[in-house]
Amino acid sequence: MLVPISWLRDFVDIDVPVELLAERLTVAGLEVAHLKYIGLPQQSVPGVRMPTSDHLVWDREKLLLARIAEVKAHPNADRLVLAMVDYGGEELEQCVTGASNLFGYKDKGALDPPIWSAFAREGAEVWDGQSDKPKRMTLKGRELRGIYNKSMVCSEKELGISDEHEGVIVMEHEGRYVAGTPLADVLGDVLLDIEFTPNLARCFSMIGVAREVAAILDAEMKYPSYDFVAEGAPIEGQVNIDIREPALNPRFTLTLLRDTAVKESPFWLRHRLKLIGQRPRNNVVDVTNYLTFELGQPMHAFDYDKLVERAGGLPTIITRLPQPGEQLETLDDALRDLGAETILVADTAGALSLGGVIGGGETEISAATRNVLLEAAAWNNISIRKTIREQRVHTEASARFSRGVHPSQAILGCQRGIELMRQLGGGVIASGVLDVYPQAPETVTVALPIERVSRLLGMDVRVEQAAAVLRRLEFDVAVDGDIIRATAPDHRLDISADPVVGQHDLLEEIARIIGYDEIPESIMADEMPPQRENIAVLLEERIRDALVGQGLNEVINYRFTSRESEALLVPTGLASSLPQADYVEIANPAASERNVLRHTLMINMLETAVNNARFQKTQQVFELGKVYLGTGDLLPEEPLHLGILLTGLRSQPWWGGGTADEMDFFDLKGVLESLLHALHIDDFSLERGRHSSLHPGCSADLLLAGERIGSIGELHPEVAARFKLTEAKLLCGEIEVEPLITHHRRLHTIEALPSTPAVLEDIALVVNANTPASEVEAVIRQAGGRLLKDVLLFDVYTGDQIPPGKKSLAYALTYQDESKTLTDKNAARIRKKIIGAARHRLKAELRSQ
Amino acid sequence: MTDSIEQIRREALDALREVTGGGALTGWRSQYLGRRGAVNKLFGAIGGLPPEERAAFGQRVNALQGELSRAFEERETLIQSQLMARDLEEGEIDISLPAYPRRQGGLHPSTRTHREFQRIWADMGFQVYQSRDVEEDEFNFSLLNLPPHHPARDMQDTFYTTDPRVLLRTHTSPGQIRAMRELGAGGSRPIRVILPGMCYRQEQVTARSEIQFTQVEGLAIGRNIRMSDLKGTIAEFAKRMYSPGAKVRYRASYFPFTEPSMEVDVECFLCDGEGCRVCKYTGWLEIAGSGMVHPDVLRNGGYDPSQWSGFAFGMGPERITMLKHGIQDIRYFWANDLRFLRQF
Repeated sequence: MLVPISWLRDFVDIDVPVELLAERLTVAGLEVAHLKYIGLPQQSVPGVRMPTSDHLVWDREKLLLARIAEVKAHPNADRLVLAMVDYGGEELEQCVTGASNLFGYKDKGALDPPIWSAFAREGAEVWDGQSDKPKRMTLKGRELRGIYNKSMVCSEKELGISDEHEGVIVMEHEGRYVAGTPLADVLGDVLLDIEFTPNLARCFSMIGVAREVAAILDAEMKYPSYDFVAEGAPIEGQVNIDIREPALNPRFTLTLLRDTAVKESPFWLRHRLKLIGQRPRNNVVDVTNYLTFELGQPMHAFDYDKLVERAGGLPTIITRLPQPGEQLETLDDALRDLGAETILVADTAGALSLGGVIGGGETEISAATRNVLLEAAAWNNISIRKTIREQRVHTEASARFSRGVHPSQAILGCQRGIELMRQLGGGVIASGVLDVYPQAPETVTVALPIERVSRLLGMDVRVEQAAAVLRRLEFDVAVDGDIIRATAPDHRLDISADPVVGQHDLLEEIARIIGYDEIPESIMADEMPPQRENIAVLLEERIRDALVGQGLNEVINYRFTSRESEALLVPTGLASSLPQADYVEIANPAASERNVLRHTLMINMLETAVNNARFQKTQQVFELGKVYLGTGDLLPEEPLHLGILLTGLRSQPWWGGGTADEMDFFDLKGVLESLLHALHIDDFSLERGRHSSLHPGCSADLLLAGERIGSIGELHPEVAARFKLTEAKLLCGEIEVEPLITHHRRLHTIEALPSTPAVLEDIALVVNANTPASEVEAVIRQAGGRLLKDVLLFDVYTGDQIPPGKKSLAYALTYQDESKTLTDKNAARIRKKIIGAARHRLKAELRSQ
Repeated sequence: MTDSIEQIRREALDALREVTGGGALTGWRSQYLGRRGAVNKLFGAIGGLPPEERAAFGQRVNALQGELSRAFEERETLIQSQLMARDLEEGEIDISLPAYPRRQGGLHPSTRTHREFQRIWADMGFQVYQSRDVEEDEFNFSLLNLPPHHPARDMQDTFYTTDPRVLLRTHTSPGQIRAMRELGAGGSRPIRVILPGMCYRQEQVTARSEIQFTQVEGLAIGRNIRMSDLKGTIAEFAKRMYSPGAKVRYRASYFPFTEPSMEVDVECFLCDGEGCRVCKYTGWLEIAGSGMVHPDVLRNGGYDPSQWSGFAFGMGPERITMLKHGIQDIRYFWANDLRFLRQF
């Protein structure tokens, strides 16, 4: 909400620079997003930093309030006139102007009463009114159609007040104006753009902000007069009120003004409304808008005669819920179907307006209106919120009622509103206010021991100090020893009747008005809970470090996908290996391709790989993230998975040579085994893979303590083709993390370094081509026994030198005995055992060297 | 014979001066100093001399052997140093050639910031509590003092699931309730935890807003937790996270689940508070929303709010990461462009 400082000053004296006020409001919880300056200079306040404003600062010598004494015709031009201006100088200044709104005064002689405007002397800096873009100009004397001119009467655009350039500023005569007063003292202003959090409903008006200012500055609040001159017949008997849903409409008040005139509002009113972004309409509607902003009580004005006409006599205002199928055409020309919970203002002939939200078209104020019925009511904020959502309509009224307006304000609105209307348009006010108030909110009194304030804030607060702060906020405070009993003022709905919550409500008020800066910074003296490591988090971090150490980059993908996207992972005709779980489906997805939560990390990793493939031949990435598996319970399971994806070259091309081989299954296997090694997990095995998304011949399943916990391998060619990831082999894997956490060994013992020499030798075994290498190694290790320390496969050969259907596996073997130096004879004995076992169990032959 | 000694001496020293390589040097040594070399031959000739000459001759041959050995060592040292110098010269490479491209892995920038947070908070006695992403409406809102139709629900655009009781958490705060219920032992034990995790909001994806983002929430519950503790704790965090001299500003604010509530700003570390584009010329950067745990929330967690109190705070790691690294577009985080990720 825009808050002109000039408007605030109606209600509170402000003796600090507006920049400091903005800072103090901000730290007290009313965030001033920015300041908009009109004519006044920006001030620098120590400790307060603001963006530098590039607005026009009005020169106090050259931009002046002026009286237009007379408007004469220009002798040589129809579209120009000569304004005779009294700016406090010796004689009247003649200004040539094309302002169309002065043409009506042409050749009327001396104006009585005069009109007032903004006058710029020669040398004054103003905005160029003709320019589309903001452009400054300095007034210089020149001839306009034969008449020398060196000054001007200004439009709002030229002064930087608004974009209006149709005519110059025209202010009605007021006794307090003195010609030659610096314009900055009359129209100069600063607008505070304040953002209100939902708890500050009470502040959503000029008076609401002024109360805060008064409390913060410890200044006196100056309320406007709510008296009205009522010379008409009593309002009772001229209209009735019938509230049918007191819970939704706790209060309804009406006043009546007869024989008034609907016309344009005076400058001051139009100016204020325009400053805060409202469009002036007529003096009646403008007053309702004005009070919405001044008091925070939205108002509505009816054409009383139309109500009489509809009722065929005495009108009765009824607030009720709609009948089935009921419709209403509102002021925004929308014909609305009314939901069952929308509270209506109606009469005996039908609906009139959406209560607290928007009026209906039929009974609105028109130029012909003579008698005005003014409504100020209170509405249940949740009911209004439902209406806003259902009808998709946002008004200044609904913005306030949906946050909550205390019913006490309604009658104030009626009283002040009807008197303002009378002053602006004339007429006679009916005596009394018709006030139906079936449901007043309870008065809340909170008992707050001062000890609790000091204890919760962590600073000593004296009982009188706290009481004074609450009184500044208009609480009714009684001090009873060390206990404060504070009764909330009747504009507040936010103080809870719950004893403990109410204490916190007061605590916040005391703390923010004293100032959060006054509260010391302390170290917690409270009992420390037991400090325990979170093993799962530690392990996750160790997994990340291990993979980063292998040269992989961590990615974090969207957790959203679609069923269709995940279905792309399953080749035609294959049963899916993806989790057979329900999807968590989003009711209001951001996009249709993101309408469920993922079952697998693979889909988004592949999509990321596709995006990266445009720039990167080689990719090595992993993701550690949750998948979401619906189980039929209210909430899904959210297991953590690890995804790994490799593609491209094993090593980077380099001028110094080296092979630029493509990565294959064994690179991914290496990443996995190194990871398991880093976690000290050795109870694992790999079996031929069965995952439907992977190449059946080039993939493996990971088993941990016999449990299948994931798969790695080359992406199934059909899936790869769907993603156009066919340039190079794409290796990917997905593993459940929970079993890794359960099975990792926190402690592991190391082997002592041997002090005896090792015996090294190579053997090559020729076995059937389909014998897995792991089986050969297992046989060697078993036969080699305790003294066989290491087995390293260094060559796999198939070809001319061995029989078809066979392969040769060459191993480097290390024998060692920690207790003594092995002799050649010892080594030969082991070798013989190994060869014997290989022959016997694998039908292996020793390959001749 | 005396002449032959002198002749051999001259011949040997002349030959040695001609020697430049290792092979020739070895050859020279065997020719003159070897088992069958010239000097040994002279020793062999001693026996054939008259006895009275033997001693003098022997002394001279000994002297010759000593001289030639010294000359050999000198020459050997010289040649070795020459060879070394040549090797060094020949070994010169163009150090401006590109390096071997070692592969560097890297953590996601978000993870890096989370680790920094977790380390700092762990030092201050806050442990990680991991909560769930898919939440009940009740935990995400109602138990946090946001009943249905509460105005503050408008502050958060929620992803609902097809079951209206279930949603994607819009903040990490529902974890507060779960932590209190799980760790609080029926409201009888103090708690200090941080709750990191992914949150979700139904927003337009732009350079400034994303549909998923991470948060770190902190929660301390005890019998005597004060607002001054909250200030002291956050100020300490700011000092460790930003700089030992980091200035902090506290503003009153509103969150339904805390009261009193406050926003915490730290002096802009990019301009030292002088005012820059990033801090919108205010000199301050918003780093945390916080406050004293609302009595209703304490009750919902199983604590008696007249006996127990607590504070909570929430921070946005992505925003801090963006500020620290000058990242202009939040969409970089989950797009996982390797050209971006490899810069960390």
